[in-house]
Amino acid sequence: MNLQEFTQSKYNFEECMKCTVCTAYCPVLQVNPLYPGPKQAGPDGERLRLKDPFFFNYALKYCMNCKRCEVACPSGVKVADLIQAARIKHDHSKPKLRDRMLASTDTMGSLARPLAPVVNATIGLGVTKSLLDATLKIDKHRTFPKYSGRSFEGWLKRHAKAQAAFPEQVAYFHGCYVNYNYPQLGKDLVKVLNALGVGVQLLEKEKCCSIALITNGMSGKATKQATHNVGVLRKAIIDKGLKVLTTSSTCSLTLRDEYPGLLGIDNSDIRGAIQIAVRYIYEKLEGGAKLEFKPDYHKKIAYHVPCHMERLGWGVFSEKLLRSIPGVEFTLLDSNCCGIAGTYGFKKENYEASQKIGEPLFNQIREVNPDVVACDCETCKWQIEMSTGYKVMNPISILAEALA
Amino acid sequence: MFDVIIIGGGITGAGTQRDCAMRGLKTLLIERSDIATGATGRNHGLLHSGARYAVGDAESAEECIRENMILRKIAAHCIDETDGLFITLPEDDLAYQKTFVESCRKAGISAEIIDPELAKRLEPSVNPELIGAVRVPDGSVDPFRLCAANMLDAKMRGGQVRLHTEVTGFIKEGDTVVGVRTRNLQTGETAEYFAPVIVNAGGIWGHGIAELAGVNVGMFPAKGALLVFAHRVNNMVINRCRKPSNADILVPGDTVCIIGTTSDRIPFEDCDNVAVTPEEVNLLITEGSKLAPSLSSTRILRAYAGVRPLVSADNDPSGRNISRGIVCLDHEVRDGLKGFVTITGGKLMTYRLMAEMATDMVCKKLGVNEVCKTAEVPLPGSEEKSYEDVAKKIWENPTTAQKAAASRHGTAVAAMPTGGRRNDALICECEEVSAGEIKKAIEHMDVSSLTDLRRRTRIGMGTCQGEFCACRAAGLLAKAHGCIERERKDLSDFLQERWKGNYPIGWGDTLREAEYTQWVYKHVLGI
Repeated sequence: MNLQEFTQSKYNFEECMKCTVCTAYCPVLQVNPLYPGPKQAGPDGERLRLKDPFFFNYALKYCMNCKRCEVACPSGVKVADLIQAARIKHDHSKPKLRDRMLASTDTMGSLARPLAPVVNATIGLGVTKSLLDATLKIDKHRTFPKYSGRSFEGWLKRHAKAQAAFPEQVAYFHGCYVNYNYPQLGKDLVKVLNALGVGVQLLEKEKCCSIALITNGMSGKATKQATHNVGVLRKAIIDKGLKVLTTSSTCSLTLRDEYPGLLGIDNSDIRGAIQIAVRYIYEKLEGGAKLEFKPDYHKKIAYHVPCHMERLGWGVFSEKLLRSIPGVEFTLLDSNCCGIAGTYGFKKENYEASQKIGEPLFNQIREVNPDVVACDCETCKWQIEMSTGYKVMNPISILAEALA
Repeated sequence: MFDVIIIGGGITGAGTQRDCAMRGLKTLLIERSDIATGATGRNHGLLHSGARYAVGDAESAEECIRENMILRKIAAHCIDETDGLFITLPEDDLAYQKTFVESCRKAGISAEIIDPELAKRLEPSVNPELIGAVRVPDGSVDPFRLCAANMLDAKMRGGQVRLHTEVTGFIKEGDTVVGVRTRNLQTGETAEYFAPVIVNAGGIWGHGIAELAGVNVGMFPAKGALLVFAHRVNNMVINRCRKPSNADILVPGDTVCIIGTTSDRIPFEDCDNVAVTPEEVNLLITEGSKLAPSLSSTRILRAYAGVRPLVSADNDPSGRNISRGIVCLDHEVRDGLKGFVTITGGKLMTYRLMAEMATDMVCKKLGVNEVCKTAEVPLPGSEEKSYEDVAKKIWENPTTAQKAAASRHGTAVAAMPTGGRRNDALICECEEVSAGEIKKAIEHMDVSSLTDLRRRTRIGMGTCQGEFCACRAAGLLAKAHGCIERERKDLSDFLQERWKGNYPIGWGDTLREAEYTQWVYKHVLGI
């Protein structure tokens, strides 16, 4: 008998048992009735789209790409990939100026950096926000992160010699946020790794991971940048034998999974060497390395696992590290999307949904009333800070702060 | 009193009723089960270009290409103009391609030899080892829609239809058939209907109907098995360029694709209950994978089989030279039985021509001088060429379910109630069928059960095979018919029927799905 041993389909869409658990877990569907939900938009819709692209539904743009559906799916269907891939394939509408600006984190960063004091003063003004709201439909409640006058890359280059002296070396994919907005996080990572005897190098010249380009309908440019990044990652990983660390859960997910999944770029030879820093540090400590902490450190920390950190299955590393700091009172917040999803929540049309999605999280934070919220994602940070007033720090920065 | 009674609600019967009604006759159609339950609904749904028959049966080939072009005009909403490929694999003789193309051209079928590389670009799923390819105007046709549209048109022209009604006997006056005795299989009610001409369009069951009237048609039931794959692997029909054989046509039909068929003679008593055997499944997967290799790892939804109504030539009782052409018998001339006509043989593809031949014969008997117009007048629903235009004309921003409904009903979708949760709620998620579409079907399309509903809307035909839609649709049916008990029975019959098609291919994801369905219905809903 020639019975089939197994069945295969793109993104496993035919493994779908129609159990609908993804729909129950979708944060968007609960607040936005215009969104068809992950099952309809993903595996169900795919069959119709294969028949005729006419069946593509533009409401797929409401998907935040949080990947919670994929975490929930008991059958391994890559639901969010299916939805994003369908958008890439079928949504030929030209991205708006606003979306192009939001997505071009790299370009905007390099333009704004030299003028940081002026830009920072301007983007924080109420009149600027109202103007952006009225003209570009960037919601007036949002504040763009401040730009740093000096880039992280420049800083690390100045310290390259000292870093090269360490016996062990890693490369760091810092991402746009660390480079243009918050170099301190990169410096914190360097501090922690140096304490473990590890020196930090830059990649030859990294570009934005491109997630914002992908979700804003600019996959062509995303593919170009991703191809470049895979090239420089290979140089570090294959040629120099280095691990590449990140401090952003979304950059990690994009480099590892969105490149092959959505852009069709094969990264199988380097994927395993790309890790979020907390995982690397946790494994070091498990391997016997030691970190010296301040004896009198005390902090009440509530940890929010970002959606992409959940998808990667790595939230546990941040949790374990934070718990290992003496004097930390730790609360793991319930699994819940904060609602921002990168550039999604910045858009006026999504603002209300975005805040509704995050509400249970905000309420829980207020209840716990921590000194600081820990989180591995920069956009979650903006969202939580804006919505609750609580300060949010990357677990790496908390580690650095607690070091003796 | 009718002018003509047609027995059989397959495509031949429905087409004949429409033609008769268009020529001004008072018609009654009697069907033992539902529309399209026999061979009509149990085939590939291939809109033959005729190329398959070009070498061996020029007459059938010519009929096919003529009807193919007519159906594109009159039945747009039932047809997907996909085009087809005839591929030559390394194990086939490439020399056959030349004979094939010549025969096609002789029959009037456009057959263009294309570069295998181009074929791969046109149809990425095709076996990449192909050494030759010919492009022909094949397509796919939805037999349920086609049958329903013919019947709907006949009804709009005053025709009457009795479904789930069996002919139990003929009423004769001397050597003339004057009427039929019937029994409704759902209610048990009996009735008598009279007409000067009665047309036997019972497909393979036409054999038994003829016997009931006292004549012998001499049919040969040939079973063909097919497999339905869970999504469209191909967007063009793929055939093998060789002498027609088993499992050598892969047809994309709506959201699925279908490989078939086999061909085996079976006894008459098995016609009502044909099952697909493991050997047939094996053959279909093995041979099908030669057309499109990905079939060997694509989820299969169902297996099913139909029975071809083949007729042996009158002077060939052994059945050796079985014709697949149309057989239209005037039993008055042939057997001395007046008022009785049998139309059989043929194919789904040539139903309109069969109907025209039968109607011509009926009209001659009745002395009616009306010409056939079925080749020009579009079927209800097919007034627009593309469902895209239909959807966009009705709705500014059609939802996926509205688009899907437009693709199923054509212009007739305008009668579908929309707006509000009661109409827009999705009943079938796999095929995007809304509550409004179900209501429209129940109201206008003679639906008495979930299975009837499936043939008119595609509910339960998607990946989950009724897991979610069946109980939701059952709720709407119970409401429409005002009876919960009857609907409970219907629901369990429907699930049983779905399982029947899953069973021969019950492994992997299909088995998981069936198991899950069982949990939902047995353990959650207590059915």
